[in-house]
Amino acid sequence: MTTRIVELRRGILKKNDELAAGLRERFTRAGVLVLNLVSSPGTGKTALLELTLRRLMQAGARAAALVGDLETDNDARRLAASGAPVRQINTHGICHLDAEMIGRHLDDWAGIELERLDYLFIENVGNLVCPSSYDLGEKIRVALLSVTEGEDKPLKYPTLFNSADAAAITKIDIAGPCGFDRELALHNINEIRPGIRVFETSAKSGVGLDEWLAYMAEQRKVLKG
Amino acid sequence: MHELSIVESVVDAVTETAAAYPGARVTSVKLRVGVLAAVVKESLEFCWELATVGTPLAGAALVVNTVPVVVHCMACGRDTEIEGVQSFRCPNCGELAAELRQGRELEIESIEIEETDASPENALVQGQETK
Repeated sequence: MTTRIVELRRGILKKNDELAAGLRERFTRAGVLVLNLVSSPGTGKTALLELTLRRLMQAGARAAALVGDLETDNDARRLAASGAPVRQINTHGICHLDAEMIGRHLDDWAGIELERLDYLFIENVGNLVCPSSYDLGEKIRVALLSVTEGEDKPLKYPTLFNSADAAAITKIDIAGPCGFDRELALHNINEIRPGIRVFETSAKSGVGLDEWLAYMAEQRKVLKG
Repeated sequence: MHELSIVESVVDAVTETAAAYPGARVTSVKLRVGVLAAVVKESLEFCWELATVGTPLAGAALVVNTVPVVVHCMACGRDTEIEGVQSFRCPNCGELAAELRQGRELEIESIEIEETDASPENALVQGQETK
């Protein structure tokens, strides 16, 4: 018997990372800003995205969305009312989207050309743990947190919040009745992910949307050089 | 709970590597998992048993080495390990530190294999033993 150690030093998610790198290159070449929205179920990703798409379409921007859920195409139908092209990805039990699913759904999406888009949104499966491991080729990962969830969400789920490029606090219109401590929430986000932009939004009242849209426009300019 | 799919990726990669050593048995697999990798060690170990049963990796040990978070401080320029993941501050000067040097790893470090000495007599002896 001979015992031998074989060094591998290989990323476990290497396949996903390679696919994501390929997607990122395609997105950059096409000049489309891709955002990956991540939060718990019920935070209001779809509501914020609904309003975002509507506002972008009104402004003449070209936007599309891929939306992930375990089952149903309810969210895709809701979002499609904005007039933007929307495609549902059903994962049938898988708790996150991965780069392969994104690539596959983009490739056979009739009528969609990345070159003709300004923004592509990916609404991830509602989950604050697993999506943090899977790069989708996005430029900006946005972690969302609603005022009903508690100010300590970033401390409870640091892996996700630490991987975010921006954060959004949703349902800010009901912060008062919820006893939401805004200062504490901002402090906690900053402790976990120092220096990121935080947007305080309400999909009901439209508060914070101007800042959010301006940020995206800015990021798109950076992308286009 | 995506540990099962992560473990399945490990099984695929290790099986592929081990194929280069015909007749050898994989005895252990060593992983490096960062504190911020969003996977749970116990969950990986539990899934490992499920994923390897009935495969050539059955019985191989899974060794998970946890990699702590190291932040780079822009204020004092030092790279330092932090304890816990509740505050990303430089332990030396107390400033917030946005840059990570370590802590997101999710990789297979190495595997240990046992090769039977390939001489024909040995093979025969072994064959008789198993009868």
